Amino acid sequence: MLNIALPKGRLGEKVYDMFEKAGYDCPSIRENNRKLIFENEKLGIRFFWVKPSDVSIYVERGAADIGVAGKDILIEYKPNVYELLDLRLGKCRMCVAAKKEFRDEDVKVLKVATKFTEIASDYYAGLGRDIDIIKLNGSIELAPILGLSDVIVDIVETGTTLKENNLEVKATILPISARLIANKAAFKFKGAEIEKIAEAMKGQVNND
Amino acid sequence: MIDESLLSFEEKCTYKLRALYTKYGYLPYKMGKFEEYELYIRNKDFLVSDRVIAFNDTNGKLMALKPDVTLSIIKNGEDAPGVKQKVFYNENVYRVSESTHRFKEIMQTGLECIGDVDIYDICECISLAAESLGAIADDFCIEVSNLDLLRGVISSVCANEEFAAEAIACISEKNRHDLKTVCEKYGVDEDGQEKIGCLVSVYGERKSVIGKLREVFSLPEIERMATLSEMLDNSVFADKIKFDFSVVNDMNYYNGFVFRGFVDGGCRRVLAGGPHDNMMKKMKRTSGAIGFAVYLDRMDDLFRESEKYDVDTLLLYDDETDAAKVASSVRSFVASGSSVSAQKSIPEKLRYKKIADLRKKG
Repeated sequence: MLNIALPKGRLGEKVYDMFEKAGYDCPSIRENNRKLIFENEKLGIRFFWVKPSDVSIYVERGAADIGVAGKDILIEYKPNVYELLDLRLGKCRMCVAAKKEFRDEDVKVLKVATKFTEIASDYYAGLGRDIDIIKLNGSIELAPILGLSDVIVDIVETGTTLKENNLEVKATILPISARLIANKAAFKFKGAEIEKIAEAMKGQVNND
Repeated sequence: MIDESLLSFEEKCTYKLRALYTKYGYLPYKMGKFEEYELYIRNKDFLVSDRVIAFNDTNGKLMALKPDVTLSIIKNGEDAPGVKQKVFYNENVYRVSESTHRFKEIMQTGLECIGDVDIYDICECISLAAESLGAIADDFCIEVSNLDLLRGVISSVCANEEFAAEAIACISEKNRHDLKTVCEKYGVDEDGQEKIGCLVSVYGERKSVIGKLREVFSLPEIERMATLSEMLDNSVFADKIKFDFSVVNDMNYYNGFVFRGFVDGGCRRVLAGGPHDNMMKKMKRTSGAIGFAVYLDRMDDLFRESEKYDVDTLLLYDDETDAAKVASSVRSFVASGSSVSAQKSIPEKLRYKKIADLRKKG
């Protein structure tokens, strides 16, 4: 049985659609109930929903053989997993944003609010810029508005939230999309099944 | 004769591995728990973590609880032409845990071959790595890479250190899509992309890997891999040893044929090794070295058989029971081959099959 961790939410539903189209369906997942695990015994697969940021933990620790995680999570937490495929879903950017009128004059330590402390630290270390990281867990956009930080480092999809709060993107750090990941040990012993799924999923990737 | 059922998982493994390594002429290596702190500071690039537990000895010298075994073996080993030292060890080391980020005592088992290391020694070491896991688990695999080939191919398509670091990270993740992006970023042409991509897509059965590599490259390193592969054909677990370039054990420390091992049901590597000539050079040694470590702590959960009972019989007695009667009952249970625990009351956590009650009733 191959265990597959899916990220809860809109992205996870799109990912499941891909699995379904690739021939790895599990009809019970569409039923409206409180079940956590969904199994297709015939295909030898078992899906389960987990918090998007936890997918890589389930895969790295071997509770899931494969899973789908955002590139942001993979760069931030650096799990020791194989990254087999870019699913080109959930495309967005990791950006530096600030109030429209903000100009970084480089004379004082820059206050950066973010959920992604590793990505932000690496980015500013590369620029040789001294920063003070403020770790937040949500509503990051509030930080520069209330003066908690000078800038934020966060995921930007359409930019609507930024615009509505008089914020704008100042720099793009990296593009983000969903990736198919695999546990390294599972790949050694269930490699043929995992490769078959990765190949079938590859056929569903929209390359536009 | 040892009754193996009485041994813990770690003891069983240590016993089996000791028997295995001794058979191949490896001698036990024993060392103290402490080492001069300076050794680790000078060689911190080679340590898994640069954090060590340090303390002042009574003479004021700064000492450390050993975070690694290999450095000590090399430091104390003989470095003379023609000398080959083969040792195995079973030692506790003190490292920062990856999960709790606090210091942890870890049992490290492994072997080292130091001196004039040749292709036979490399083959012997990889075969012993396979036999080590074969002695512990039913299903396992050893993956071997060739860092010299990896470095050669990468520098032939783009001689840029930053490119090399980014490309190696992608290869270690079997991440072909980001490898393509990295290649494009550094202006690697399509032919170069094809070549480097081959290091991600080609893995598995040794002969087939060699065949595919020969179709793309014409490098002496491939012939070295072919020679090693042919030698490994004669090892006990030949079919469990594969080639895979995603094995990129720390390149500061290792060179050449690096390898790692996995057991079925485990989620992380349980064995890692390879030649560490880079480390030898840094420690001003003229000879080479190859070795591996088995992480028994990572397999403990996997193979630990939980006992249903702690003891066969719980023998209950009280202050009025004749002590000689208790002693003779215990002796008779033990003589009949069952285990017994003599107690005055039923211990809360003790799991027992039956109770023998010697207490005087009401």
